[in-house]
Amino acid sequence: MTIDWLIPRFMPGNPVQVLLARAGLHAEAAKEMYSYYTRAFGLDLPIWKQYLNFWNALFHGDLGTSILLFPQPVIKIIMRAVPYDVFLLLPSILLSFYAGNKFGAFAARTKRLDNTILPLGYILTATPYMWLAILLTWALGIIFRIFPIAYAFSPSLEISFSWLFIGDLLWHWFLPFTSLFMVMFGGWAIGMRNMIIYELEADYSHYLEALGAPRKLVRRYAFRNAILPQITGLALQLGVIVAGALVTEVVFSYPGIGYLLLQAIQNQDFFLIQGCFLFIIIGVLLANFVIDIIYIIVDPRTRIGMVGG
Amino acid sequence: MIEQKNIKKSEKMDEIPIPKPKKINEFLYFALSNNRLKVGLTVVLLFLILALIGPLLTHYKWDAYVGPVYHPPSSEYWFGTTTFGQDVFTQFVLGLRASFLVGVVGGGIGTLIGVIIGFTAGYRGGIIDEFLNIITNVVIVIPTLAILIIIATYLKVRGIMTESIFIGFTAWPWAARAIRAQTFSLRSRDFVDMARMSGMKPLKIMFTEIAPNMMSYLLMTLILQFGGAILIAATLDFIGLGPTNAISLGLMMNLAVLWGALQLGMWWWFVPPGFAIMAIVGALYVMNVGLDEVFNPKLRKL
Amino acid sequence: MSLKVENLKAYYQTLYGDVKALDGATFTIKDGEIMGLAGESGCGKTTLGHSLIYLTPPMRFVEGSVELDDEELPVWDMKKMNTFRFKKISIIPQYAMNAMNPTRKIGKMTSELLESRRISFKTTLPELKRRLDLVELTHDVLNMYPIELSGGMKQRMVMVISTLLNPSLLIADEITSALDVSTQKAVAEMLIEFRDRKFVKSMIVITHDISILYQTADSIMIMYAGKLAEKASTGIIIHSPRHPYTKLLISSLPKIGVRYSEKKLSGIPGNTPLLLNPPTGCRFRDRCPVAFGKCVEEPPFIEIEKDHFVACWKEFGKNA
Repeated sequence: MTIDWLIPRFMPGNPVQVLLARAGLHAEAAKEMYSYYTRAFGLDLPIWKQYLNFWNALFHGDLGTSILLFPQPVIKIIMRAVPYDVFLLLPSILLSFYAGNKFGAFAARTKRLDNTILPLGYILTATPYMWLAILLTWALGIIFRIFPIAYAFSPSLEISFSWLFIGDLLWHWFLPFTSLFMVMFGGWAIGMRNMIIYELEADYSHYLEALGAPRKLVRRYAFRNAILPQITGLALQLGVIVAGALVTEVVFSYPGIGYLLLQAIQNQDFFLIQGCFLFIIIGVLLANFVIDIIYIIVDPRTRIGMVGG
Repeated sequence: MIEQKNIKKSEKMDEIPIPKPKKINEFLYFALSNNRLKVGLTVVLLFLILALIGPLLTHYKWDAYVGPVYHPPSSEYWFGTTTFGQDVFTQFVLGLRASFLVGVVGGGIGTLIGVIIGFTAGYRGGIIDEFLNIITNVVIVIPTLAILIIIATYLKVRGIMTESIFIGFTAWPWAARAIRAQTFSLRSRDFVDMARMSGMKPLKIMFTEIAPNMMSYLLMTLILQFGGAILIAATLDFIGLGPTNAISLGLMMNLAVLWGALQLGMWWWFVPPGFAIMAIVGALYVMNVGLDEVFNPKLRKL
Repeated sequence: MSLKVENLKAYYQTLYGDVKALDGATFTIKDGEIMGLAGESGCGKTTLGHSLIYLTPPMRFVEGSVELDDEELPVWDMKKMNTFRFKKISIIPQYAMNAMNPTRKIGKMTSELLESRRISFKTTLPELKRRLDLVELTHDVLNMYPIELSGGMKQRMVMVISTLLNPSLLIADEITSALDVSTQKAVAEMLIEFRDRKFVKSMIVITHDISILYQTADSIMIMYAGKLAEKASTGIIIHSPRHPYTKLLISSLPKIGVRYSEKKLSGIPGNTPLLLNPPTGCRFRDRCPVAFGKCVEEPPFIEIEKDHFVACWKEFGKNA
């Protein structure tokens, strides 16, 4: 206990270490940034040692020991939380992307549809994640008592693969998922609607129409071409989505990395904070990488450009 | 989408009664007749007015315990009271002020930095562009949360200004990218080449040829940054990294959740702040679409 | 086949009123005729071409009638026109180089286009290949993306696609404008070949380059400021035009062998009138060297000799 209490006290200079850890994450994050890496390395000589220790430990898979949940190793704590995050984020991102884009394309069909869907989309995307989460909790969790309002599963149940547990899991999962989904949905719908309009005004669209191609074909082509910048947009949005997920988890006390991070912040558990960030950044990088690959597969122009055709 | 009237003979179209308008008037005409712009602007202005005069209507301090606890809205406490007996309405209007401040300062700084960097990168190109690009990418990658935590540990007392400045300094990459792209496309246009060929100095070209055409774009970027700043601030406040000596809408929601407003059904505490943010930012976005239609002739519906 | 156009009008809707881009065109085209459509920029030729096949806002149909092969073309009805598009009337657009979907392989796009119009790609494929050979494109292009082709190749590809279903009328809109001279010649020859092989019955070749028309067209129609000025066989237009505008146009063409010091290159002084509020009477009045009193009345487009139409009071007098 005393050690628990001592360590935060022990860290007046630790923010600097955290900063360096950020710098370290930078070098890892941006592979082209070797110059930055060396610069950060050479900058602070005395703390060099601490820094080196950090890296040393890192390569051994040791992210340090959590202060908050002492003496559990940070990495263990994080690994426990990661599945919940993936479970929450992956479906909501993918589904909202799919549905939102389809919907946005749909909205571009007629003026009337557009006029109703457009403001709706904008309002959705302007909704702060946590407020929507709060509203849903309040409305569906408390007033109507359909869904539970906290945690990933009922405390009374044990983790197992029984149907009962899975059902309960999903039941708890639904509200946070919905709130994330709805806000992102708005964003994609809006983006897609704009891109589709642009594509429908393109030369190839006009050519097809002049040759009497049915609207469906023209729309299909427009959609496929409009998706491309949306995919790029997805990569850029990841940072924002992470923040949104974090906040949503807080509202629902959903034990993902976001929730963990918050607790770490509130308790000044620097190692935990570092660890969480590391994971988040790795996750985002990974996702970016995957998206880049997907983009190359989907857009023939980049492929050809790359082969030097 | 293409509606062609099914007629053989057409009626003579009524001439819209405008004598040859000058350029400014043309924009004004479209601006005034654009519904989205009007609605969006109205909503924003409404909230702005509320923010400005609201605090004058209430004589409470936001954190003073002024009344009965958990009190629903009544004639005396328009938005009810919190679990501590603080007046929610006071908190609300003060929070509104805070949000607008963040929007202006944060959005303003963000746009300013973004414009400077984006413009220079787009116009000069080459090495300067590469260099600025690297900086932009670095800033995008930095988890803003991390920096904020560090700042939070250092500064025991944080004000709204600090938060706004911080947001401005971390949110500019988006604006920079957009401005850079726009500058690129404008820079290779013919009228710029003409100016260059006639020997104008680069700075002069920037101001007299390119900038006016970017004005509309700049305005729209500013609006987006404004809205974005408000949202970011709300998120930061919500996780407790916001101002320590003032109230904001995000903070209201934070406190509400923290003190069990949900379970107690105190909707007057947590519904208004989020609603206000949603309405203001949403209105800003809609306004933006309207502005886009005004400035971009191709999008106008005749 | 024949094309009969009567008093066709199409205007552009703008904030300040209608721009009368095409203000009453009446003419006919015979079976197998390649008619060139020429004039200055903004004279309405592209509008005329588009009004026959594909009118989009802000362009709108005002009045007139069009008959193709003795069948009425419902040019004012976007939906009804679809049955005619591609099959009976087709277009090679001005933006042919960008006309193909950049993210679709050309063959795939063509097949999807055909299938969507209820035509089996499989049965059309052999003919498609034959035509590719004709325009000297390898069959491999079907497996390529548009960016892999050069400008000229894309142009030829679009030519093949647009004429694949043997339309009665083909509208070729400025198809040589962006090409170099030798490619221009090749394209021009291809047009004639398409007609001779009966891929296309008749054509309207829109261009501002009269020299191309000289080699390709059977007849030429000159437009000015939204109205028709003259229509006659190519030989007559080039060598003995009647309308003052045509005369000036032809004489302003540089001729090979003539040097600047010997004969100055003459242009036509003045500018075309704005079509928002066009002047009454003959629209060429202000720039015409032989304008006289009657010109404040609008001259009708009349046949002054067989297959030779002119809209000029001066010329009517000569033949009347």
